[in-house]
Amino acid sequence: MNSIPIEYYLILSAFMFSIGVTGVLIRRNAIVVFMSIELMLNSANLTLVAFSSYLGNPIGQVFVFFVMTVAAAEAAVGLAIIIAIFRNKLTVNIDEINIFKW
Amino acid sequence: MNFELLLFIVFALVAAVSSLMMITRKNAVISAVFLVLNFFALAGLYLLLNAQFIAVVQIIVYAGAIMVLFLFVLMLLNTGKEEAILHGKKPIKYFAIFIAAVVFLQVAYLLVFGSGSFTSNPDIEASLSSGTVETIGREIYTKYIIPFEAAGFLLLAATIGALILAKKKFE
Repeated sequence: MNSIPIEYYLILSAFMFSIGVTGVLIRRNAIVVFMSIELMLNSANLTLVAFSSYLGNPIGQVFVFFVMTVAAAEAAVGLAIIIAIFRNKLTVNIDEINIFKW
Repeated sequence: MNFELLLFIVFALVAAVSSLMMITRKNAVISAVFLVLNFFALAGLYLLLNAQFIAVVQIIVYAGAIMVLFLFVLMLLNTGKEEAILHGKKPIKYFAIFIAAVVFLQVAYLLVFGSGSFTSNPDIEASLSSGTVETIGREIYTKYIIPFEAAGFLLLAATIGALILAKKKFE
């Protein structure tokens, strides 16, 4: 049990976070940008669970539970906003959604 | 090579490759399916870390509820395919990839060549008991009862907000 160095988990988490950052920066579809944000939240969760397990302290996992709650709320509201924008602009391309630009 | 390390390598490879595939597919629906695969691999990693409760919640909430919501909206809006990933504004996109790579290399460098003061010598009993539903439930319902209620209120607010936002056109 737990014969794997914790650094392996942390490096995997850092890799997934970088991929999420890249996805947010290079993708133009707003829904894919949202999915990249979910990926970043998950990589942070992996770090929390890894430390929680290796330190034998359940608080990290309680925090992951709250992160999941907030992610669910964020996904619901975010997708509702995307639907509302799609009704007005008929696109989800974030290059064309510039209604706040004066 | 022991069995645990083998499982870790399999799950980590699936997670890494599926996340890469997610941001490089042109079709958003395929991206979403790769993200589901990524969530399942993460649930396997949580099981390796003795976090049973979080692993089950990961599959039910993330791979179940949230990704169904994403796929539902994707198919409802039918956004079609994006153009090639690096199409248009190329220098900025390459710069973005460069920045992300630099961030990753910095973190990896620190983890590999850093002080190494964190000894991965866990207390197996504490680690095993910290992931059970019993332990996490006791923490949530005693010490963290107020954050728990706040999370419930947040979900209520998000539900109402989503309903109002998606109901009709913006004025």
